[in-house]
Amino acid sequence: MARAVTTQHKTIATVAAWIVALLIFFPILYTIITSFKSEQEAIQGFALIPSGTFESYTEVQAQSGYFKFFFNSVLLSVGSTVLALLVAIPAAWSMAFSPTKRTKDILMWMLSTKMMPAVAVLFPIYLIFRDTGLLDSRIGLMVMLMLINLPIVVWMLYTYFREIPGEILEAARMDGASLWNEIIYVLTPMAVPGIASTMLLNIILAWNEAFWTIRLTTTEAAPLTAFISSFSSPQGLFWAKLSAASTLAIAPILIMGWFSQKQLVRGLTFGAVK
Amino acid sequence: MKLRTLTLGLLSASALAFAAHAESITIATVNNGDMVRMQKLTEDFTKANPDIQLNWVTLEENVLRERVTTDIATKGGQYDVMTIGTYEVPIWAKQSWLLPLDKLGDDYDAKDIIPAIAGGLSVDGKLYAAPFYGESSFVMYRKDLMEKAGLKMPDAPTWDFIKQAADKMTDRANGVNGVCLRGKAGWGENMAFLTAMSNSFGARWFDENWKPQFDQPEWKKTLQFYVDLMKADGPEGASSNGFNENLALFQQGKCGMWIDATVAASFVSDPKASQVADKVGYALAPDNGLGKRGNWLWAWSLAIPAGTKKADAAEKFVSWATSKHYAELVASKEGWANVPPGTRSSLYANAEYQKAAPFAKMTLDSINAADPTHPTVKPVPYVGVQFVAIPEFQGLGTTVGQLFSAALAGQSSVDDALKQAQDAATAAMTEGGYIK
Repeated sequence: MARAVTTQHKTIATVAAWIVALLIFFPILYTIITSFKSEQEAIQGFALIPSGTFESYTEVQAQSGYFKFFFNSVLLSVGSTVLALLVAIPAAWSMAFSPTKRTKDILMWMLSTKMMPAVAVLFPIYLIFRDTGLLDSRIGLMVMLMLINLPIVVWMLYTYFREIPGEILEAARMDGASLWNEIIYVLTPMAVPGIASTMLLNIILAWNEAFWTIRLTTTEAAPLTAFISSFSSPQGLFWAKLSAASTLAIAPILIMGWFSQKQLVRGLTFGAVK
Repeated sequence: MKLRTLTLGLLSASALAFAAHAESITIATVNNGDMVRMQKLTEDFTKANPDIQLNWVTLEENVLRERVTTDIATKGGQYDVMTIGTYEVPIWAKQSWLLPLDKLGDDYDAKDIIPAIAGGLSVDGKLYAAPFYGESSFVMYRKDLMEKAGLKMPDAPTWDFIKQAADKMTDRANGVNGVCLRGKAGWGENMAFLTAMSNSFGARWFDENWKPQFDQPEWKKTLQFYVDLMKADGPEGASSNGFNENLALFQQGKCGMWIDATVAASFVSDPKASQVADKVGYALAPDNGLGKRGNWLWAWSLAIPAGTKKADAAEKFVSWATSKHYAELVASKEGWANVPPGTRSSLYANAEYQKAAPFAKMTLDSINAADPTHPTVKPVPYVGVQFVAIPEFQGLGTTVGQLFSAALAGQSSVDDALKQAQDAATAAMTEGGYIK
């Protein structure tokens, strides 16, 4: 009897999970479906079966070269993530293993910067970029993306590092390991799952960032967010083309997310239940 | 061997010298059919000007507006040519943010630009932006439904006729709404339509002393008429409909009439996109017998920011893109119907264009019927038909647009919306120093 109830519960939970997952995924799915419709089909109302035309993809590629934007997106998201990790690992290490009275306050302050609307600092940042010649440069945007995601990266790494017993690091120190050796050879290998999931999440955040990547670029450093934006039209119905552009822009990150979902979920729930 | 090295060296050096000489200009633009077509045809320009390379930045209209405003206000120098509208040109030219276009070339024929459009892009008689395409607004209607209703659309209808026709054409059981009008909040959305409409009711945003006029009977008549008309004959959820939403409804045969941009004519008459392509008729925007029609005037234009270091190359490009030669180029490659409309008188005198674009005469008449310097019945201290060309208008127009959209949605009464609009406008004008 107990087994029957469990099976029933499991079935209900599975069905509920599928419904929720489908609801969440549906807008993306419908974007993909719409991208295979003609413009006329796209505005004709709700339909799940497209005619299967590739004309939107051909036109999108002909109108603005996808690969230049794609290359910039890869470079910016990976580059900013590497930069963020280089800064965040030592920061999180010191906060996790040598906390002071103010550590919690500093962490909260860092996180509070994420609560400020980005537009509030648009002009100061724009002027700094202009004066330093960083407008429309990949380096400038990489630093910007690193800075805006840094609070989350530090927080996540701090949470992982706190799970690692300090005694192990002490033992390494007693064996004569220097500070850098301790971080590189002892701490980092133990925190690899945490670092990996932080890295994945940061790549996704940087890939999808659309405020600064559109406002600080023109042609050279423009990533896929600018590519999508160029297909939005105030006068004219180009929904199929816009859907094709969106599908092309999200496909790489969607595939990456699909293959790394185990690590992502594991990383995001790490330390949630003790 | 040495000779080969020397030759290679010389070739590389000359290639480098050429590359250093080639200038690249960056053009910021919006994504619409005419602009996309221009990008495809630029080979004609680069062939004639091999020392100029073109870089394109295409952005969504609001993002473009924000990006170019930021760039021009901070002299960021990111763009050499900007696509801007009739709202920005007078404001930016007065701030000395734009370069006057006085070197467009001997064969440019600036006098050929339609006077109403040229007036909107000039300050103190100097042209600060060259129009790429111009538009007004007019009535697009279903000839079959009009006939079924037993009515005949006059060339210049009145608002009363529109109401009468809308009542008769509405057939909700078959999904037909008598009239589709903009309701989505925004200075360039519902307020473009309502401001133009209010001109034909004799309303104005401000009196000669910049005192807001929403407490006057003309505005009450305008808004009440609009809300009543839309409630009786408009589509469901009209308060979230902008240009694109109404275009979709009209193309699917769900609107008897649609009053909007003249540029929409090419979309609704396109058999590939529209189910009612062969049933569309056109008429001037309605009036109330007061001497002003409810149509607007807009031109997407190419301007050169004062901060550019490549003014000569930029002006060469602007001249090419807005020339008679460009119109002929489009006609030869894609047909006369695809030539950017509303900028040059010569286009409308062209018999081939008139044949290819059945809406040509009505478009020109609509553009000529708009006067940005005298937009409404009473005198006003501002320029602009469907907007007020002052920097404060973007914010204020959108606030008022939200209030009027709420009135359309039934969330507030017409009187409340007008009272709040009056308060918001008074506060904005006092803060801006217009009201002492």
